[in-house]
Amino acid sequence: MLPDPSRPTDLFSQQAANRRRSRWLVAGFVLFFAWLGLGGDWLAWEFTQDRPAAQYHHSLPLFGLAMFAIGFGLVAYIRKTGADKVLWSTGAWQLLNPVTPQEKVLDNVVQEMAIASGLPKPTVWIVDDPDPNAFTTGNDPAHAHIAVTSGLLATLSRDQLEAVIAHEMGHVKNLDTQLMTLMAGLVGAVALISNGLGRILFRGGFGDSGRGGVGGGGGRSKGGPGPLVLVVLVIWVVSWILAPIITRLMAMGISRNREYLADAMSAQFTRNPLSLASALEKIEGASEPSTTIKGGVAHLCIADPLGRHVSGLQGFVGDLLATHPPMAMRIARLKAMGYQAQKASGTFQAS
Amino acid sequence: MTGFVLFAIILVAAIVFWFVAAYNALIALRNLTQNALKQIDVQLKRRHDLIPNLVQAVQGAMQFEKDTLQAVIEARNQAVKIAAGGSDLQNVAKTAAAETQLTGALGKLMAVVEAYPDLKATGNIGQLQEELTSTENKIGFARQLYNDTATQYNIKQQQFPTSIVAGLAHAMPAQLWEITDEGERSVPKVDLSMKPRG
Repeated sequence: MLPDPSRPTDLFSQQAANRRRSRWLVAGFVLFFAWLGLGGDWLAWEFTQDRPAAQYHHSLPLFGLAMFAIGFGLVAYIRKTGADKVLWSTGAWQLLNPVTPQEKVLDNVVQEMAIASGLPKPTVWIVDDPDPNAFTTGNDPAHAHIAVTSGLLATLSRDQLEAVIAHEMGHVKNLDTQLMTLMAGLVGAVALISNGLGRILFRGGFGDSGRGGVGGGGGRSKGGPGPLVLVVLVIWVVSWILAPIITRLMAMGISRNREYLADAMSAQFTRNPLSLASALEKIEGASEPSTTIKGGVAHLCIADPLGRHVSGLQGFVGDLLATHPPMAMRIARLKAMGYQAQKASGTFQAS
Repeated sequence: MTGFVLFAIILVAAIVFWFVAAYNALIALRNLTQNALKQIDVQLKRRHDLIPNLVQAVQGAMQFEKDTLQAVIEARNQAVKIAAGGSDLQNVAKTAAAETQLTGALGKLMAVVEAYPDLKATGNIGQLQEELTSTENKIGFARQLYNDTATQYNIKQQQFPTSIVAGLAHAMPAQLWEITDEGERSVPKVDLSMKPRG
């Protein structure tokens, strides 16, 4: 999927396209989540409505409500501890008084990008790791943290560093940390519940209420649940079996989309998409294995710290499982923005 | 009859609601634009404060470049004088022109500094160069944010139907911060970015 030449590729059209796509993906995710919860409630209501008055009637969508409660509980937990945990787990230290020229440049560049984005300056952290990478965390733009590895500082030129920081400021401005926290909470809730449901079903401990509800059907005399209800039941059960994988894949899809959007935000802030393209080429080229940045932080990074092999594989599986889009695609889109801008200002040079 | 009255009430309420929303949107945008302009002023002030240090650091070694130094000092003094008058949304051109002059003079100075390897070798000037690069960038990015915000504000107040409310909100087109002088556009390509030279 190289950028379609017939579509406008300048940075603002790419931003708009990414935002649209993102909204659809998030809406799809929430709908799927709601179906997992409320679908079960509807089925339970169908199966219990014909029961005699004395027996249990499932009239409130308790299952769906419980799912949302668990999801948002997890979100609240991640929000409370997330930022500190992420920084702590990578061993990052905060750059308070820049001393070396490199640190000065980093501090200045973060300030510059804060000005360009019109946001307060985030705190700056450094991870001592030769692998060039950067990530952002924090619950809202007023409490954002940007961390870069020492390898990044050593590898990139000033312009390239600026482009990478601009990408991270793009994540801050787009509230991506919140969005990915929300996704993580909902994915976690699905994983927890499906795990619990699986145990209950396989141990048969649900016995009475679960199986009794399905099999007994109470008032068969009144016709009972029709074939439609049974079809919905099958779809719902299959949905639940696949739910842990599907929700994860959807969250990854959203994550990849937000990466494209942050790339386009970087282009907006620096007005120099080609410097991010060259920075990404350098980061991709440096294949130092990261030792400090673990999997849990991967979706926050500028480049996937673990999945270099996966992101090198442009096939179907690689695309589905990666937190980041293939580097070649990101670079191609950035170059398209760069050439559009050069054409518009009449300074096009083949370089 | 009551149906008609009800309809009229709802219609009036909707119009009033829209009116308030449009008015508030304009006010919010004006404040954002003003704030963006203030951000430029903050960065310009930083540059004005930085220049005396820079001149101090280079003047000993640059006996033969008196004119270049003099041009920087004069441009800086002019810019400070104009900055003291303050700038508002309808009148940024004067400040912009003075600052453009200063940018040009600084660019020439830094180009000259490149020609003095001894001068560059001292750590002080390297740090000052980074500070100057950063300050120039900050001015540039603040200007970019101001121009983007001001454009949004201008579009909003000129577009129908918000344009109806514009007079009431005393909305006036904000002047964009343009680079008027050809001097700045043709600044010698000086590499201040401390990139490793290949």
